[in-house]
Amino acid sequence: MITVENLTKKFGTVTAVDRVSFTVEEGTIFGFLGPNGAGKTTTISILCTLLSATSGTARIDGHDCTREPSEVRKRIGIVFQDNTLDKELTAYENLLLHAYLYNIPGRERKERIGDALRFVDLYERRNEQVKKFSGGMKRRLEVARSIVHQPRVLFLDEPTLGLDPQSRAHLWEFISTLPEKHKVTVFMTTHYMDEAEICDTIAIIDRGTIIAQGSPQELKRQVGGDSLFLTTTDNRRAAADLKALLDLDAEERGDELVITVSGGESYIPRVVQALTDRVLAVRLRKPTLNDVFLHLTGKAIRPETTSSGEEMRNIVRTYRRKFDNR
Amino acid sequence: MKSELNAVYVVIAREFIKFAREKGRLISTLSRPVIWLFLVGGGMSRVVAPDDMGVPYMQFIFPGIIGMTILFSSIFSSVSILWDKEFGFMKEMLVAPVSRFSIVVGKALSGTLLSTIQALIILLLFPFIGLKLGAAQIFFILCISLVLSFCIAALGILIASFFENFESFNIIINFIVMPMFFLSGAMYPVSLLPPVLRLFTSVNPLTYGIDALKYMVFTEKKILTQDFPLGMDLAVIIAASIIFVISAGYVFERRK
Ligand SMILES: Nc1ncnc2c1ncn2[C@@H]1O[C@H](COP(=O)(O)OP(=O)(O)OP(=O)(O)O)[C@@H](O)[C@H]1O
Ligand SMILES: [Mg+2]
Repeated sequence: MITVENLTKKFGTVTAVDRVSFTVEEGTIFGFLGPNGAGKTTTISILCTLLSATSGTARIDGHDCTREPSEVRKRIGIVFQDNTLDKELTAYENLLLHAYLYNIPGRERKERIGDALRFVDLYERRNEQVKKFSGGMKRRLEVARSIVHQPRVLFLDEPTLGLDPQSRAHLWEFISTLPEKHKVTVFMTTHYMDEAEICDTIAIIDRGTIIAQGSPQELKRQVGGDSLFLTTTDNRRAAADLKALLDLDAEERGDELVITVSGGESYIPRVVQALTDRVLAVRLRKPTLNDVFLHLTGKAIRPETTSSGEEMRNIVRTYRRKFDNR
Repeated sequence: MKSELNAVYVVIAREFIKFAREKGRLISTLSRPVIWLFLVGGGMSRVVAPDDMGVPYMQFIFPGIIGMTILFSSIFSSVSILWDKEFGFMKEMLVAPVSRFSIVVGKALSGTLLSTIQALIILLLFPFIGLKLGAAQIFFILCISLVLSFCIAALGILIASFFENFESFNIIINFIVMPMFFLSGAMYPVSLLPPVLRLFTSVNPLTYGIDALKYMVFTEKKILTQDFPLGMDLAVIIAASIIFVISAGYVFERRK
């Protein structure tokens, strides 16, 4: 549905997107994951015909985004990263103008707008000016607007920006049903790792280049497996015993021993048995996409959102390592 | 074709809804020409002898004041494109399956209609300055206002398409709009200006608009009040309108 080959975009001397290639199958959800300034919005702008590429090609449903913009525009719906509603108009008026712009027949307009507004729980407030809406309500209204004309491909540039957890969950639930229900292909960008989990395919982009691509499971496998954290009465002795008895390499991290293995659950009984009575606590952590990012780039995608102390420690260690290498 | 007309309709409808909702806007845009007509015109009437212009000064500037109303309201309407760029709505229109040309035409037409309405309101002040206008004169003045408004609105879009944000608004007003007003024959006959400045007035579309308005307002006294034949005025305005609309459409079509 979307085919991108060697796409490059330069702003003067800055290369915002650097030889990016990927394909998105019809009816799937594709996630673009990357830190600030990675080139996500620039890629979307080229795909939705707002920017032209410096080199390379981008096609949607077989139509070239640079040479056949009007064919592309007919097929896409977009929620931009920045709000693009007219705040002086009411919610209903915003959607009505949109319906006209997309040439929706008169008899269908009202019903489709009503459905879209009901979906985002804004039907009761349809006659209020958008400037009276909260940030989250505006975001939901934009999502409603992007689906009024039933696009084949939906671009969502950080759609959950500024939403509370409940609305986020609600929105994701809806987005994940789109491909099946309406045969929509979804292209989304996000900073949130948990949101990327619902994607069929993920591309991780950093400084304009795609550094990894695959399903969430495939990407997590790259990290090397699960982490098993052990607290024992004597970590050094335990590490030696694990090497001798089970041939496992344990690394000391703070007060804990860490073993990286695949299928971590099945190791717990064996480890506990091998270290008879000396295990005080066991903790298993499955890799997250943040670990994938960390693994690939040596930095966390968004330090402030990583919650567990272990991840924070990882970041500190990575920075230290970089600093020492200078 | 239907979708292009829809696009023109969307742009116009949006402009009108917003205009109707902003209560203060009409008053503030109308206050400028009223102040100029009565305070500047009234004051200058005591200095400038009626014989110099062929008519009292306050009447002499009346076509110029209508021109001023059109100039400012058309430019303001067009420059709202800068707001749309800054606050995002422009993107919503640019990704829609409609041509850029329709957006430009819609913007120009809404500017035309809104500023002709304001010109009409100012025009209706004519009895207060001792002018006598017949129904036919009023009708033709409105026709000229329509054409001139379209021309200026299209020029405004062309200017706005070279700027990215609203910070440039003051530049546009101070370096383009104000000189256009003073070098248009609104306040004094163009023929009294030194040759260098006359060069500027002759490339200013507003000059020809005000000149045509003078032709309609002063049906008898055309010696000092009018500088060009009416046919020339109209030809220049229409030709300029076409050039402005097409170039604005072209500039809009460009992608970075
Ligand atoms: N119009 C522009 N002119 C110059 N440079 C630009 C322009 N737009 C983007 N850039 C640069 O291109 C790079 C990529 O920006 P982009 O907006 O695509 O990042 P992003 O991945 O969307 O980031 P974020 O998560 O912050 O939205 C940045 O370095 C940015 O400074
Ligand atoms: Mg972005």
